[in-house]
Amino acid sequence: MLAFIIQRLLQSILVMLTVGLIAFGLFRYVGDPISNLVGQETSLAERDALRERLGLNDPFFVQFARFAANAAQGEFGYSYRHRRPVEDVIAERLPATMELSLVAALLALAVGVPMGIYTGLHRYGVISRAFLTVSLVGISIPTFLIGILLILLFGVELRWLPTFGRGEVVHLGWWSTGFLTTSGLQALIMPSITLALFQMTLIMRLVRSEMLEVLRTDYIKFARARGLTNRTVHFGHALKNTLVPVITITGLQLGSIIAFAIITESVFQWPGMGLMFIQAINDVDIPVMAAYLCLIGFVFVVINLVVDMLYYLVDPRLRVDRAVAAGHPG
Amino acid sequence: MHSPAAPPPSASRLNHVAAAVRRARDSDLMYAFLRSPITVAAFLATVTFVLAAAFAPWVTPHNPFDLASLNLLDAFLPPVWEPYGDPRFLLGTDDQGRDILSTIIYGARISLFVGFASVLFAMVVGVTLGLISGYVGGWIDAVIMRIADVQLSFPAILIALLIDGVARGVLPRDVHDDLALYVLVFAIGVSGWVQYARTVRGSTMVERNKEYVQAARIIGIPPMLIMLRHVLPNVTGPVLVIATIHLAIAIITEATLSFLGVGVPPTQPSLGTLIRIGNDFLFSGEWWITVFPGIALATLVLAVNLLGDWLRDALNPKLR
Amino acid sequence: MMTDPSPVSAPQAPSAPDLLAVSGLRVEIPTRHARLVAVDDVSFTIRAGEVLGVVGESGAGKTIMGAAIMGLLEPPGRIAAGSIHFDDRRIDTLPYEAMRRIRGRDISMVFQDPLTSLNPLYTVGRQLTETIRTHTDLSESAARDRAVGLLQEVGIPAADRRIDHYPHQFSGGMRQRVVIALALCVNPRLVIADEPTTALDVSIQAQIIAVLKRLCRDHGAAVMLITHDMGVIAETADRVAVMYAGRIAEIGPVRDVIKRPRHPYTVGLMGSIPAIGHDTDQLTQIDGSMPRLTEIPTGCAFHPRCPYIRDRCRRDRPELLPVGASQAACWRHVPGFDEGPAHA
Repeated sequence: MLAFIIQRLLQSILVMLTVGLIAFGLFRYVGDPISNLVGQETSLAERDALRERLGLNDPFFVQFARFAANAAQGEFGYSYRHRRPVEDVIAERLPATMELSLVAALLALAVGVPMGIYTGLHRYGVISRAFLTVSLVGISIPTFLIGILLILLFGVELRWLPTFGRGEVVHLGWWSTGFLTTSGLQALIMPSITLALFQMTLIMRLVRSEMLEVLRTDYIKFARARGLTNRTVHFGHALKNTLVPVITITGLQLGSIIAFAIITESVFQWPGMGLMFIQAINDVDIPVMAAYLCLIGFVFVVINLVVDMLYYLVDPRLRVDRAVAAGHPG
Repeated sequence: MHSPAAPPPSASRLNHVAAAVRRARDSDLMYAFLRSPITVAAFLATVTFVLAAAFAPWVTPHNPFDLASLNLLDAFLPPVWEPYGDPRFLLGTDDQGRDILSTIIYGARISLFVGFASVLFAMVVGVTLGLISGYVGGWIDAVIMRIADVQLSFPAILIALLIDGVARGVLPRDVHDDLALYVLVFAIGVSGWVQYARTVRGSTMVERNKEYVQAARIIGIPPMLIMLRHVLPNVTGPVLVIATIHLAIAIITEATLSFLGVGVPPTQPSLGTLIRIGNDFLFSGEWWITVFPGIALATLVLAVNLLGDWLRDALNPKLR
Repeated sequence: MMTDPSPVSAPQAPSAPDLLAVSGLRVEIPTRHARLVAVDDVSFTIRAGEVLGVVGESGAGKTIMGAAIMGLLEPPGRIAAGSIHFDDRRIDTLPYEAMRRIRGRDISMVFQDPLTSLNPLYTVGRQLTETIRTHTDLSESAARDRAVGLLQEVGIPAADRRIDHYPHQFSGGMRQRVVIALALCVNPRLVIADEPTTALDVSIQAQIIAVLKRLCRDHGAAVMLITHDMGVIAETADRVAVMYAGRIAEIGPVRDVIKRPRHPYTVGLMGSIPAIGHDTDQLTQIDGSMPRLTEIPTGCAFHPRCPYIRDRCRRDRPELLPVGASQAACWRHVPGFDEGPAHA
């Protein structure tokens, strides 16, 4: 177990270093950090002095090490646009994205998994076919279009729900939450549905195909031949075996929810990190881009790590005690 | 030996063609195709889109980019069936008096161009890297696959956004606008090569160890030739499936980037750009400026997705 | 279709009642192009405690017949005609839930591949106790005691400890012992064993067959032993049914069938096994191969490979007819056969 964790940790660190390298490459070599920091009237001598003071003349690896060390402490320098430390900008935007992503993820799982199980078990049923058709339509409508259509229907025509922003938020320390006010919760409805829909269909299709795969196996046939009830066969045996692949891909999907929030946040003007990232791209605000990249990379790495651990818990084959695994000759 | 009634060469070739057509018709693929009316409809819809887009200047009722023909008095006209609709503009007009139907057809032209071009780009890159990775193995394989792993753990849209962002930082503004279309193709292409590479690598590794490839190697046929002649044909099916599904994803990605305002320049609006433009008028009641390009986009992607789904099932019945 | 109204009986068999009676069974698999007939007009019986061997090449319909008896045919496969009676009760028309209660408790099954028959995510103990508790009122601990006892019976050392191990911690042979324990854990009266040793190492096949035979005898279960290994049949079975292209070619007491095979196909099967059949110095081989389900010939399905072929074999399908102690479906045993010309 320990060796397994250490191995995965090392892998994660490697991935983070790669992401960091890309982010640093962006930070350092795309555009000139100096001319983005100072005004037009700054003299060449002053620029050189600043360059020296910021360590931009140091060797590549020294600069990268400094960048990595700062990044590990959550420091990414100054935003060119906001003229504030990047970490402050992010801290301000983080809660909005996290709350949106969390609700969307729960929604996608709560609806996608049962639908996948149902369509897997009742392959030829009318409802299953309807679900599948709808899911294909769902995959084919881009997220932003779904958002726009929802706004048109529930915001413009019916005027039931707010169409932009987070509503009223309550500050708990540095965290701002929309969960505690009516307008905050109302504002959450359309964006979270928009964000969840695509992942929902993916999860449903994934669970379904895994379920079909497992139902074909010998041990399911044997379980039926032993006269176990359908309930035991489906939920005790089949479902548990679909968990391993489902956990993996679902985990990755949940990670991408945070990235896909970029689109949803743009449609609904949701004041989160995604909107910040889009603005940063438009303004070529490199430090913000680099920081966002590192943060997303970190989220993915953490999710991967958690997924691996869950794997380990679900599948006894990974917990092999080698001495026993050798078994006895039959 | 020659048969007394040997048909003339041309006739025999015709027979060959006829036989091929018969084989195609009787094949499981064709059978499955004709048995699924939805697939046939999706195929027809895709073909319609492609043809309309390819011949846009001839099939559109108006040229929405000919400034001389635009009249601001025609702006914000609703579709014909609504009150104040104008029979000249079937689906209404936008804020500059451009015919929505025409802009949709031109928009589809851009969307499809970016879609096909980036799929082609991703395919060439992915298949090449997959072949090399699978055939050469060793550290080259390790490096390529590691990169693929890292990239695969990030959503394609994020990578495309990032590449586009970098391009903005590196290129001067006016140059970037000129090259925007190609930057987009590059960004979407790069974000999608991994699937091809993985599939091709797998097949290549299987094929590499087969005896005939070993034999070819021993008699000194260059590896490149072996790969092209023997390995490539074996991966056509899966690559085709990936490409079809990827086309749908590429079109969505392009539309999304354009909607976010980091895609194609406003002078060459794609379907995504049109939706973005229309989005500004959502609250003032001019829904048609957004909704029709949206329907067009969804229909196109759905048709391509249906084709891809069907193709995957037909080529690999086990997955159904 | 002609069905044999009186179940097949062997003269010297004990007077035990029929446990399983299959009559005129026909299993069809509709496909795109045709309706395949996987099992065609098959009738036979198994008496309590008896071991019936079912032998034939792969694709002869043995496995599908087993699945049909268990009520586990995979769609779109279905029983198109005939009936299956278990203990004088018709079971092929039972609703799913009623049939489920019979599976595992009255009729159970041993699958071919022990490596894939067990759920990898549960301990063997859990799989045993869940089966026991599905069919009995035993408590968790009583079921566990019974499970340990069964594992000991099938010859798993340190059963009280091994019961908490996962399938992957057992070798192939040990896993098949676990599967046998699972099949017998509620004392079924019939065990259908579908090629129980095919996937195993040759060196342990005999052990597994011995375990299966001993346990079934101890628990009083009849066995339908599906295999393509005539040698296993010879050592294990009381009676044998030889299947060819979905039909029974010959059925009878194992001694008679081996000593005096009546169907040319059985003769060929015997000839291809050393030291069982005739005292010939060389092994014979049947030319050609069994037809696929899509292209079963008219008349006797075996006629393209048969050395004794006559016109009638191409035209008419032979039914099972008593020949000596067994029954064979071959025109050769019908009077007047040799008078017909070999070729038209």
